[in-house]
Amino acid sequence: MIFLIFKRILLGLITLFIVSLITFAGVEVLPGDACTTYLEREAYGAALEACYQRLGLNVPAYERYLSWAYGVIQGDFGYSLSGEMKINDVLGPRVKNSMVLASASILIGIPIALLLGIITALWRDKFPDIVISTITIFSMTIPEFISATLLILIVAIWLEWLPGIVIVPTGASISELLPNIILPVIAISMIMTAHMARMVRSSVIQVMSSDYVQMAILKGVPYWKMVFKHVLPNALLPAINVVALTIAWLLGGVVVTEVVFNYPGLGRLVIESISNRDLPVVQALAIILASIYVGINLLADLMTLMLNPRLKSLQIKK
Amino acid sequence: MENAVQQINNLSIGFTSKKGEQISILKNITTNIKKGETVGIVGESGSGKSTLALAMMGYVKQGLYTISGECLFHSNDLLRMKDKDLEDIRGRKIAMIPQNAGQSLTPNLKIGYQIDEALKLHTDLKIQDRNKKTSELLNKVRLPSPEIMAQRYPHELSGGQQQRVAVAMALAGNPELLLLDEPTTGLDVTTQAHVLELLNFIAKDTGTSMVYVSHDLGAIAQVSDRVIVMYSGQIVLDGPVRRILKNPIHPYTSGLLKSIPKLTLPGLPKSMSGSQPQPGTITKGCSFYDRCELAEINCSNNSPELEYVKNLNTSVRCFKHKELHEKIDKDENLVTSIENTILDKEMLGLSKVSISYAKKKFIDQLLNKESDDNPTVKDINLNISKGETLALVGESGSGKSTILKSIAGLLKAKEGNIKYENNKILPNELKLRDPNSLRAIQLIFQNPDESLNPNHTVEQIVSQPLKLYFGLQGEKLKDEIIKVLKKVRLGEFYLTRYPRQLSGGEKQRVAVARAFAAKPDVILCDEVTSALDVSVQAAVLNLLQELKKDFGTTYIFVSHDLAVVRAISDRVAVLYQGRLCEIGPSKNVYNFPSHPYTEVLLGAVLEPDPDIKPKLVAEDIVEEKPPEKGCSFQGRCPRKVGEICNSEVPPWQIGENGNAIRCHINVDELRNLQK
Repeated sequence: MIFLIFKRILLGLITLFIVSLITFAGVEVLPGDACTTYLEREAYGAALEACYQRLGLNVPAYERYLSWAYGVIQGDFGYSLSGEMKINDVLGPRVKNSMVLASASILIGIPIALLLGIITALWRDKFPDIVISTITIFSMTIPEFISATLLILIVAIWLEWLPGIVIVPTGASISELLPNIILPVIAISMIMTAHMARMVRSSVIQVMSSDYVQMAILKGVPYWKMVFKHVLPNALLPAINVVALTIAWLLGGVVVTEVVFNYPGLGRLVIESISNRDLPVVQALAIILASIYVGINLLADLMTLMLNPRLKSLQIKK
Repeated sequence: MENAVQQINNLSIGFTSKKGEQISILKNITTNIKKGETVGIVGESGSGKSTLALAMMGYVKQGLYTISGECLFHSNDLLRMKDKDLEDIRGRKIAMIPQNAGQSLTPNLKIGYQIDEALKLHTDLKIQDRNKKTSELLNKVRLPSPEIMAQRYPHELSGGQQQRVAVAMALAGNPELLLLDEPTTGLDVTTQAHVLELLNFIAKDTGTSMVYVSHDLGAIAQVSDRVIVMYSGQIVLDGPVRRILKNPIHPYTSGLLKSIPKLTLPGLPKSMSGSQPQPGTITKGCSFYDRCELAEINCSNNSPELEYVKNLNTSVRCFKHKELHEKIDKDENLVTSIENTILDKEMLGLSKVSISYAKKKFIDQLLNKESDDNPTVKDINLNISKGETLALVGESGSGKSTILKSIAGLLKAKEGNIKYENNKILPNELKLRDPNSLRAIQLIFQNPDESLNPNHTVEQIVSQPLKLYFGLQGEKLKDEIIKVLKKVRLGEFYLTRYPRQLSGGEKQRVAVARAFAAKPDVILCDEVTSALDVSVQAAVLNLLQELKKDFGTTYIFVSHDLAVVRAISDRVAVLYQGRLCEIGPSKNVYNFPSHPYTEVLLGAVLEPDPDIKPKLVAEDIVEEKPPEKGCSFQGRCPRKVGEICNSEVPPWQIGENGNAIRCHINVDELRNLQK
């Protein structure tokens, strides 16, 4: 077991290393560099030299990669071009904002999704299922930029209940953020919940028609006891990986929603830094997003492993 | 009936078709189960036997509903009872032992919990007493070290052990009636014999009534007092076990019995033509009319009622049962013995073949080192002559299918080589084989549902080998397809059909046609009849034998069913854990099984005759992998001599009957020991 965790972590680190190489190489082969982009038309002569000097671009690429990687290992991503801020300072509040938005969506969305999925499966083809399934399919199919825009139109403009876009500084405190994130959370949850509810529904239905559930019924196990003891633990196992992917997706910044609502999270930072050619930031973001995916998937696999007795003993045997 | 535990009156269960018609799966079932009685319900797939068994628990599968009739348990109708009241009866008064225990035990709950759950629901015992009772129950079903067993998860047990746990769980509520739905199907022969013996013991010990549902007349014969035969949703015969299995007075039952290959009667059994009608297709007349040899005009217009024949104590649904009863004792030629022309020419030769499933570890791969010195299949030497049928037998995990796959090139042999015709060595890898040797070796799989592409018509399926190996096109191709189909007795109108539109037997015929279309020299048959009903199985076996006669094809026939192997093979090779134990002419192997494992295996075969009991000589332990050294059968051998069995691989020795065996005991001594 411990060996397995160790192996997975090692594989994760290798993945990150490869990601860092690819992003670094990608940035290298792009025409121009940070200084030419930054200085624009004044990119010649002494100014350019000074810039190279300052950013350390006058040494060979592999040396720069090594020193960059050395910094990253120590948690230092270097400097951003625009504004010449430390990237850690740029990222910090953004990460926090994205975390706030993601956690709110997760806390609200996942329980609702599980509940809806279970309800629709247990009342399959009956009234609750028909109503909920119709709604989930509907909200799954509408792209988020439309649902988000509609939400702004209805809640913010017609009803004037909530602010339509987020106008807080990037470094705002959580209490300042909270009223602003209600609409984005709703917009995100709609799609996420619908997807997950459908997944849970089909998984529960599959388990409900299994031989062991039929056996439990024939053994005389009361309905709800059967649902909680025999059905749900087995039906929700495959959901763990989907939930994990969803969480990773949320933490990595929900680009479209953040842009529509003008939310200062990681997603918008990706867009901004790409259009500003702020390559060090893009590089840093790529590493961070990759680590989020690797980390969360690792966690999910480990959880499945712990909860599924079949996999657990398989691993121990090995 | 006063002492009836369950009384079923005029029960019909069915569904509404897409066209809105009401279609019955069960038609007017009337019968009863008496106290302490074991009733076997036998029928082929689609006869409605499982639906009937579930109805006996008041359970009707989704999509089905009760059309009429009742299912009384102590005068309460289970089919019209509230769920709440049913929960009190299920498990406590009536318990079920399912077909596939592996899938019927909840995977995330420990064995102990699942038995305890039944105890908690159906008894008033306190927690300590329940723990004690759980151990008692596990002990009763003869599972070793119950306390440790209780802490295991279902997947950590073998198939036989899982089935025992299911029995223990069913016994927890001390039920009056036990329903068993194909409880031994899918188990190995030796395990099956042990489980049946256990069930017999439990029936005697507890005095519960049992309903034993199965397609396997051999198993039914071992446990039942009374047998009900079902066909197309109706009871066609109902009476005492000896009456039903020895002198059946219904043409379906007698046909069914004749189509079962028997150890005592070598040769190919007679097959029954046709297949069971789909529900809803028979509207008038006897449902067996199409397949019946005795049928006359009356049978096609009027449906016979279930008639009670007093002097035989049997109910029968046939107009002509008297005629059949009188005819019974006349001697008939029941089987056709096989005569293969075996040429003195080696078709295939395996020498020192070893196959391993173990993946090379990363580090070993880097160092190019062999990491597995205990392969799944080891040291197989076999020679097959042209025109011969060689059978490979053994329980699951014996490596018989693995060897087939390796001959076909699907699995790479790790060591040794496979020679084909004139000592030409076949490459181990499929990619490296030339088209002609690919054509010459064809494979027929166990389950035609999975081996035929569901999106291809029969024409497309059979055309593949013709196009691939002979480059046929257009009219020529079509003519050839029709010719091949005719060989397997399928008419031209099958060309446009899809596999789903065919019955199980027809599908397997298409698979046979596909193999023969390549004009192969060797056909590898991997459990080709085990997914088929008995009556269809006989037809496929007969077909294979005829084709062999016409084309002189060589067969390698893999099966776990020893009676089928007896019927069709010239020579038998017995495998245990991927190692050969015994090889010799079928006649000799079956008449005098020399190797202890062959003896164990043959002893456990169930005959459809209640007076022939299986001999249980060895424990049914399941071994996960072959022992590292010594004899492969050391772990279960009833005749183990000592240390030498654990340390040294036994040498080959040839008995006077021509059987070669691998055992440390002398062949002649083995013969004496068996007496």
